[in-house]
Order: sequence, then structure tokens, then C-alpha cells
Amino acid sequence: SVNPDLASERQTASFSVEKLTAQLDGGVEQTRIRRAVVEAIESDPVFSRENQYFQSQNERYEAAVRKAVHLQKKMHEMGWTENGPEFKYIYRALSGDVAFLLHRIFMRSISVLGSDKQIAKWIPLATQYQLIGSYAQTELGHGTYLQGLETTAVFDITTQEFILNTPKISAMKWWPGDMGRSATHTVVFAQLYVQGKCYGVHPFIVQIRSLQDHSLCPGITAGDIGPKMNFEHIDNGYLMMQNVRVPRENMLNKFCEVQPDGTYVRRGSQKINYFTMTTVRISLLSDEVLTPLMKACTIAIRYSVVRRQSKLKPGEEEAKILDYQTQQEKLLPQLAAAYAFHFINDYLQELFNRGYREIQRKNFDTLPELHAFSSGFKAMVTQHCTSAVEICLRACGGHGYSLLSGLPSLYTKILASCIYEGENTVLLLQTARFLIKCFMAASAGQPVPPSVTYLAAVKPGKCPAKNKLDFLSPDIYTEAYQHMAVRLISSAAAKLQDLIQSGVKKHDAWNQCTVQLAQAAKAHCHYITVKNFAETVEKLETKAGIQKIMKHLCDLFALHGIFSNSGVFLHDGYISGVQMDMVTASYLDLLAVIRKDAVPLVDAFDFTDKSLNSALGSYDGQVYHRLYEWAQKSPTNKQMSPAYERYLKPLLHNRPSKL
Amino acid sequence: AATMPMNADLRRERAAATFQPELLTHILDGGAERTRRRKEIEALVINDPDFHHEDLNFLSRSQRYEQAVRKSSLMVMKLREYGIADPEEIYWFKSFVHRGRPEPLDLHLGMFLPTLLTQATPEQQDRFFMPAWNLEIIGTYAQTEMGHGTHLRGLETTATYDPATQEFILNSPTVTSIKWWPGGLGKTSNHAIVLAQLYTQGQCKGLHAFIVPIRQLGTHEPLPGITVGDIGPKFGYDEMDNGYLKMDNFRIPRENMLMKYAKVEPDGTYVKPLSDKLTYGTMVFIRSLIVGDSARSLSRACTIAIRYSAVRHQSELKPGEPEPQILDYQTQQYKLFPLLATAYAFHFVGAYIKNTYHRISGDINEGDLSELPELHALTAGLKAFTSWTANAGIEECRMACGGHGYSRCSGIPDIYVTFTPSCTYEGENTVMMLQTARFLVKSYTQVSSGQQVTGMVSYLNELSRQRIQPQHVAARAVTVWINDPVSLVEAYKARAARLVEAAAKNLQAELNHRKSKEDAWNRTSVDLVRASEAHCHYVIVKLFTAKLSEISNAAVRAVMTELCLLYALYGISKNTGDFLQAGILTDAQVTQVTQRVKELLAVIRPNAVALVDSFDFHDVHLGSVLGRYDGNVYENMFEWAKKSPLNKTEVHESFHKHLKPMQAKL
Repeated sequence: SVNPDLASERQTASFSVEKLTAQLDGGVEQTRIRRAVVEAIESDPVFSRENQYFQSQNERYEAAVRKAVHLQKKMHEMGWTENGPEFKYIYRALSGDVAFLLHRIFMRSISVLGSDKQIAKWIPLATQYQLIGSYAQTELGHGTYLQGLETTAVFDITTQEFILNTPKISAMKWWPGDMGRSATHTVVFAQLYVQGKCYGVHPFIVQIRSLQDHSLCPGITAGDIGPKMNFEHIDNGYLMMQNVRVPRENMLNKFCEVQPDGTYVRRGSQKINYFTMTTVRISLLSDEVLTPLMKACTIAIRYSVVRRQSKLKPGEEEAKILDYQTQQEKLLPQLAAAYAFHFINDYLQELFNRGYREIQRKNFDTLPELHAFSSGFKAMVTQHCTSAVEICLRACGGHGYSLLSGLPSLYTKILASCIYEGENTVLLLQTARFLIKCFMAASAGQPVPPSVTYLAAVKPGKCPAKNKLDFLSPDIYTEAYQHMAVRLISSAAAKLQDLIQSGVKKHDAWNQCTVQLAQAAKAHCHYITVKNFAETVEKLETKAGIQKIMKHLCDLFALHGIFSNSGVFLHDGYISGVQMDMVTASYLDLLAVIRKDAVPLVDAFDFTDKSLNSALGSYDGQVYHRLYEWAQKSPTNKQMSPAYERYLKPLLHNRPSKL
Repeated sequence: AATMPMNADLRRERAAATFQPELLTHILDGGAERTRRRKEIEALVINDPDFHHEDLNFLSRSQRYEQAVRKSSLMVMKLREYGIADPEEIYWFKSFVHRGRPEPLDLHLGMFLPTLLTQATPEQQDRFFMPAWNLEIIGTYAQTEMGHGTHLRGLETTATYDPATQEFILNSPTVTSIKWWPGGLGKTSNHAIVLAQLYTQGQCKGLHAFIVPIRQLGTHEPLPGITVGDIGPKFGYDEMDNGYLKMDNFRIPRENMLMKYAKVEPDGTYVKPLSDKLTYGTMVFIRSLIVGDSARSLSRACTIAIRYSAVRHQSELKPGEPEPQILDYQTQQYKLFPLLATAYAFHFVGAYIKNTYHRISGDINEGDLSELPELHALTAGLKAFTSWTANAGIEECRMACGGHGYSRCSGIPDIYVTFTPSCTYEGENTVMMLQTARFLVKSYTQVSSGQQVTGMVSYLNELSRQRIQPQHVAARAVTVWINDPVSLVEAYKARAARLVEAAAKNLQAELNHRKSKEDAWNRTSVDLVRASEAHCHYVIVKLFTAKLSEISNAAVRAVMTELCLLYALYGISKNTGDFLQAGILTDAQVTQVTQRVKELLAVIRPNAVALVDSFDFHDVHLGSVLGRYDGNVYENMFEWAKKSPLNKTEVHESFHKHLKPMQAKL
């Protein structure tokens, strides 16, 4: 039965939860397909995550391999295909707890970077799992900065082979997934040398383990890089190569080729390839970033209406902790952010689909803008969501610290997203570079890409709000965000110009402005997110109360941003001190309004109990019973620990003589 | 690897420092002699082969628990063998043996024994203290329940007195009343001090403490009526058997209630304790430890991140030049140096609270409790402020180490998961902030009614003098000199005054609107927390600034002054809204502040490594491949990884079990 404290929350929803779920999925049909996939996966015991929190790294790895193997069978059974509508829901249904994700990257890199001949040779083998692939780019000494990679591939004209080497310890490949234990092959990125000349980083297919007995190939040293904060199920690996020879045909050569005589040929445009890499940053947002945040919100908010603590009014029963303003102030802005980023993600997907169509028509004009979008939003969204999940974790007090709450593993997983696919600070600075360029162009009256035309329309003036209700007008706050973004970008640009004019070298000037530039890039993304949220709300259907509640969330997201960054809005007096008090008042009022719909708003994310895998966040709210029941399953309670016989017993007895 | 020379980058960094790190270490330790003694104790542990073991990152939870029990037993014996009895020296020894991690006897040594000393009658001490001292009895302190933590009055465990048998009957009447979380409860302890609602003669007399045997001496099996076990895996604390305890009509003799203060007579008559302020003393002490722990944990994370940033080279700053150390990037300095300054600030705050506590604990013993309420209120807020800041700071340090920070070999994940529960235990942080706020509002009300207040809140007295003026307190311009720490203290003071006043006024406005005090309080709590934060921030800047004049060595004082300035200015730049809105700083000054912060980053840069060296963490204690003193990071990462459990066999068994059959089938 459902805990009455949770049941009562659902009776007063101001909107239709089912309709909102369909809205989030992109239609009723999508919801149906997603649920069918989830049902098929969760009803299969092989995919169970029940004992996950009790398992060792070795056990987690083995389970992930077992699941990956079983998934092939399952897909066949269910008639799911890689291009079918079900496919995108499989990973979400598995909560990512499956091996061979890098195998897919291996295949994609061959499809994108390989010639037709190479695709014809390798893709069928990979599809049939006659080999297992990985993707070896990052090294011990270099990550985001790819030009710095140190692995070498030297062309030997006499044997028509490349000789791969790891010349020093920092050149060792480090981190690639599936490579520590599983992979038989990997795409290695190495500095290409032909006749003594370095041509930069290129991809090579290298076999690392025997297809017969899985032992390491000659010249290969490989293994697992050891325990991490999460991803215990993935065998992130290291790889060292000593004079490993691969045939000339193993260099992926759609864009660059070394001909038999050693001539280096570059052909076609790499821009599509470049675009593909850019897309990855956007495509990871949904599963790797938004889903964990939505799960964390679901767990923390449900728990906060079940947990009662202390009294708000003397003589009454203890209050639900969600009724405390301070608890609302922790959780509800994170809930609003989950929705804000869901909508910006939809927007970005659409933008990139459009971009892809343009690029296929050989129109590369939008590339710089798309690149700026993908870098900036990847950084901003991952950073924001990571701290949001941590806030949810800490808002659950002591019980949030138990692995059984599900929150620690959500946190340790999402935080990796701030680093992989480009370190966030580096990415923000890439976006900043684009913004500065556009700002200069706009100031000179030249045309700029659509997303930054606002830079040209710098309007002086003050925020026109007269009372706190005015701050519930999207025009008022969107304008404030725009003003703030323009100010931060223009002052960073001015500072940069000043330094350069005063004789500081360009790169030094850039480094001296990077703190400011990163802040400006974030402000730009924040502005676009607010603007997009407000525009999305406009277009939502007014029926079933959905538009109304989304408008509240949009207001909350926007005002929370102003409230917590008040200095940047106050700085030039655009918002006055008196107005800032109005912002605060409106913001705090909204907390109480959204509080009423908090549980329905997380219910709408539609996570099953199995996918939450949380003793605190289940749909029925039977928190304490579940916590007790799960704890009893812990191996520490089932297996006899040798600690008693070995150490405690001698300690408890014979003691006085020794002490 | 042991004989590898020091990494050249780190050698250069150390040579370029403008001060001697040892001198700063002495300041942190409280004198050269304390440093010497600490190192002596550290050497006792490090050179003792009994305390050596495999890297804990590669062990299962059960194995880690077992190692910890082993080391704890040895530790107790050796402490007594060496005659180490000073609490601080015990603390050093313990944190060295366990490398900053919790251990299963923590609650026995830190709570069970002290509680017996302070709350047991002489008769009870005779019965329990020596057996507990000799570890025939291992005890824990069972307060928190599944349903209640910080809000103690809500605890549901009952102890009902039965005059017929002169026993207390202990019960866990609901699921939520099950004791949950106490350290050492799950597997280690055979006794627990249980906090329960006392019922006698049909009346509830509130929470009291009872000594409850839970496991059979000899077999260590749970006693009939007792259900006890481990609460399962957590984020960290793998070494600790945090436990649950459920009691069903479990009877203990009347004499097992701790009766130094409150008593239940044989006939069931209840005798009230004299004062309840006494428990404040223990809380102040424990919270002062958490402030110190915030400083140490953040220092460890900074040590790792800054050394690694001096070793790691990446990308290019100037075209054509070799890749620079990542510590040369402004964004990296901006991530790390304010945290370094914060770590120092918190060290001084921790030392201040400890000293103040020791200073007044004499008064407390003589029954003079006048200074306790303020100290209690202040430490609540500072516990919350420092633990929140350190918690976020440790994560920033880890992020600053990029991908490798995510590996357990960096040591930062471990520091984080060990530290983060301190935001919750010993008082949930938001609740702590609101306790401080209650004191601030009370002081404000006193001032408004014409009384003077003393101590750290005395700045509120100035409010009454300005009452004639209609605008905000601080609008009466403070002239702020951004290069003078003393002037910045004034700016922080003005901000605190403004936010305390605003919160108090909002509270009053709510009270005027609404009927209930509680409702008004709840509707103002976000403002109240902000006021407390501003107050704590002011106290920290003030204490850091005051510390500067105590530093005699000019070179050390110079670098500490830079750090103090960075701490204060960075805090302003992160909270410009407060300073602008209150009119304490102008737009132009705020711009200067952010500019000055960036200049200070460059000024501090040459001393960064020396400043973390001064924390003087031994490599064994630091537990980090990235933060090694010698900087030989990459070689040792490889050595470390080779020992990973997945690498135990060349071909993992999953190959034979799953991969090979699949390849055969497809």
C-alpha cells in the first residue's frame, strides 16, 4: 500500500501527470514504446540490479558482460533493431549498467573515419561480436588537449606496416572503456610519422588480445586501471605498445591515407567528422545527465514528504520536511532545472538535426555556432546537474549517505560527465572564443549567427519592474538575463582589447581574462536556457494544467538564477536593490506554490522502482521498511566476518594482562 | 620507484618559494615543539610493520572492516604501551594508524568511555568503566534512529520502568524507532548506551541514557530480545560497521540507567537533573573538532590538487612553447588558490574555537555557564559553514584534477566520501544555521530594546545608534580599502549587520501578518540562513586577519597576508550582490575587487606548492598517487593499477563464462 503521506500529495495535483509524461516523451506513442521496453527489460532477471550495491568491482564487471551478451539475445527475441524506435530506450532501461558501450564507439569511429573497404571488412565482424572493440584516445598525460598525445605510429615502407609505440609512461593509453579486460581490438590515436615527418594524430585499428584464448598479443601490455568513484562495471583500461606492427590498411583512411610509397594524402572535408564529435556532447545530455538528475529529484522529493521531522506548530504532528522553506529552497530549484534542461535538450537536438541536414547539403556555415552550442551547453548543463544531484543527496540527510538510497551512485556517475567528452573549463573557453568573435563582428555591424544576434542589440536602460509580480513576467526576466549576458561578454571583450592595446601579448591577455570569459560563456548559456524555457511554455497546450505549472517552474528557474547571482544583475544597476528584494519575495512565494505539485512533478518523470533502485524513492513511499529489509540483505549481515574470531575475540578476552 | 628522484617541476617550485614551509607548519601545529612531537608519533606508526597493509582501495568492505578492527586492537595496545595519553596525541596516533578514516572503535573510545565518565554514578563507573577500559566491554552510543536524527525530541525508543522487578523494559515500538547509523553497533560492540524516552509512573520524562548489553560475552551472539546488524554499504565509511538495533521487551536492571544527574528511585519516583546546559559543553567540543576536520580535509585535497597541477602539463599558453604546467592557467589558479586560502582560514578558526573552549571549560566546571550560549550558537554556525565549504571545496579540487581525480588512486574520492557526512552528523547543517540565526535574532531584539550585547555579535550594538536614520544600517558608508584586511573585516561586518537586520525585520513582518511564531520562522528561514552565513563569514575573516599580527616571521606573514586578502576578496566577489545591495561597495569597487583577486592569484602562484607542503601531510597519510611529495605521478599510477583486483589474472574469468560462448553462438 502507498504511504498515506505520499498518497495525499498525489490527490491534489493541479495537472494531469500522464499528460505531462507524454509531453516529456514527445507523444503518447513514445511513452507506450518506452514503457514496453522498460517492462521487457525489467521483467528479465538477467538484467536485475537488485544486489548491485553489494557487489565488488569484479562482480559488477562480470554482471555487465553477462548483460551485454544477453542483450543481443533479448533484442533478437523482441525484434528490436539498432534503427528501431525502441533502441534509444534500452540504455535508459538498463540504467547504463551494461558492458560494450565502447564497442559501439569503435564501430561508429570506423563508420565515420573508415573507407568503404574498411567498413566492409570490420563492421560485420564487430556486429557479429567476432571481435570486441574499444576506442583508445586518452593517455595518462593527455586528455582534452588531443594534439598533445604522445603515442607514435611510424610507417615502415619496407613492410608496408605501421609500427606503434608508447615511447614513455605518460603516453600510455589510460581510461578507455572495455579495454582493461574485454576488448580484442581498439582504435588507437597516435602521432603519424612518415619518413621522419610528423603528420599529427591519426586513428589505427590495433588488435590487442588473441581471438583464440584472449591472451595479450605480443608487444601489448594492457589491464584495468583500478577502482574509480563509479563505473565499477566498466573495465577502463591501460595500454602500452612496444613495436606493435599493423598493416598499412589499418589506418582509418577515409580522410587521410598513407600510400604504399609513403605519400601522405588528405582528401575530402573532415568537417562532417568534426561535426560528429561535436554531436556526442549533446547526445550524452539526455541519458547521462538529465536522467540522473530527474532520478535524484524523484528520490529526494518523495523522501521529503515521507520523512517527518520536528514540529512546525506546537501540538501538531511532526511536519513533512518538504514543508520547511529551507528544504524547498534546496530541492525545488533543482526540479525546475531538470525541466529547464529537458527543454533545452529538446531544442539542441532539433538544432543539431537541422544542422546535420545542412551539412549533408555541404553547407558548413552553421558549424561554428553548433560547436559553440555543444561546448557551452555540455559544460553548463553537466556542471549544473552535477551540483543539483549533490544537493539532492545532501538534502536526504544521513539516509542519503547510504548506498541503498541510490543517490551516491547517481552522483558519482553524473560527475564524471563534467570531465569526459571535453573538460568543462576548456569547453566554456571555446564557447567564449566564439562569443567574443561574434561580439566584435556585431559591434562592427557585421552579420552574426542567429543565436547571438542579441549581442548587436545592446540597449542601455534599467529593469522596468515595479512590483514583485512584474518579476513573474517572462519578458522582464528574460530581458534581465539578456542584459547580463551582453554586459559580461562585452566587458570581457573590452578587457581583452585593453590588455592587447597596452602591449600584452594576445595569448597572455587571453589567459588573464579566462576567469571572466568562462563566466561570460556560462551567462550566455543561462540566458538561452531561460529564454527557451519561456518560449516553450508559451507553446504548451493550455489544457490539463500543464502550461500553468510549467510557467511556475520557468519563473522559479529564472528567479532562482537571479537570486543566487544577484551581484551580476545588480552590478551596473540594471536591477536595483529594491527590485532585488522583489525578486527574492517572488522567488520565495513560488517555492510555496510549486511545493503543492512537487510529487506529481517527479511522478511525471515516470521512473519505475526498479530503475530508481532506491530504498528512499520508491513509488509507494514505504521508506523505512524497505531500508530495513534491504540492509538485512547486506553481505555484512549474511556472511560471518572473520574479524570476530581473528581480532575481536582475542580483544574481548585475555585483555587485562596485555593492557 | 622508491629511489626515483624528485620530479623536476616540484623541485623548481620548492626552490622558488619566498618563505620556509617549516615555520608555517609550526604555526599550524601550535609551536615547533608540537610539530616535533607530532612527527615523532607519526614515525612510531609508519615504522611499525604491524600497521602496514594492502592498499584499501583494492579490498572489499568486509576486508576493510577486518583490517580496521585489526589495527584498532593493535592501536589500543600500543597507545598504552607507549604511554600516550594526551587527547591530541591520541588523535594524531589514531588518524595516522587509520589514515584519516573512521574505525570501529571510534564510538567506544570517543563516546562510550567519555559518557561513562561524565554521566555514570561512581557505582556504575565501578561496574562498567574498567571492563570497558580493558575492552571486555566494547560499547557504542545509540542515539540516531531510522526516523529521527538531529531532532532528538522525536526519538521513539522507550524505556519503561517496572517497579515490580526494578527493571527498565526497552522497546523499539515502530520501524522508525529502530536505532540506525551508530558506528561500531553492527558487528563490533557488545554494549550500547541507548537513548530512549523514559516512562515511569505512567509519565514520559523525556530522553535518558541507558547502558544496554546487546551481545553475549564470550560468543558475541546477539542476546534474546535484541536484533542487531550492519546497515549495509554507504558512500564511504567502509571500515565502520554502522548498525541497527531493535529491542523487544528487553529488560535491564534499574542501575543501568546513567544516573549521575537524573534518577529513577526504586519505587519509580523520578528525580530531575539540575541543569541541561551542561550538554552544550560536549556539543561545542565535538563541533570544534568538525571545524578542524574541515580544515584538514580541505588541506589534504588542496595538497593533492596543487602538487598535481604543478606536475601536469597540458596544451599551450604561448604558441610554439612547451606545454605549460596547468597551474599556470588562470582558471586553474582561480579554482584552487581561494580554496587554499580557505583551508588556512579554517585552521585558524578551528584553533580559535578549541582554545576558547579550553579557556572557558574551567569556568564551566565551576558552574559559570555565561559564555556558553554564545559559543554554542557560534560553533553551530561555524560547523555548518566550514563543513559545507570544505565539502564543496574537496569536490572542486577533485574536478581540478580532471579525469585522474576520478580514479581512487587520486585519494580525493576517499577524502570526499569520508568528509561529506559531517554536513549531516552532529547536527544537520541547515538546522545548525538556524540555531545560530536564533541567537542572532535574539541579540538583535535585545539591541532593539536598548540592551547592549557582547562578543562576536557586538556589531549589532551599532544598529541602535543608527536607528534615527531611515535607510539600511550599512548604507552609512564604510570606507573600504580593498588592500587592507582590517578594512575588509569592517565590510563583512556591515554585510552581516545588514542581513541580520533584514532577516529580523522580515521575521517581524511575517509575525505581524500571521498568527503563529513557527510559521513566521519557517517563512523567513531562507533569509535567516543567509544572515547566519554572513555572520560566520565575518567571524572567519576577522579571525584570519587577527592571526596575521601573531606571525613573527616577516616572510611567512607576508604570504599569509596575501592569502588572507585573497580569502576576503574572493568571498566578496562571490557575494557581490550582498555588498552592492547594501551599498557597502560601489560598482567600481566591485570591479576592483574582482581584478585584485586575479592579481593575487599571480602573486600567490610561486608559493603555491610551498603553501601546501606546509600542511606537512606524510605521503602515507595523504594516500594519493597524484599528490605524492616527489611528484612521480605517472609511474606510480601504473604501479598502482597493476594491483587492481580486475588484474589478478591475465584473462578474466568472464571471458570463458560469457564472451567465448557468445562468439561461438553468433
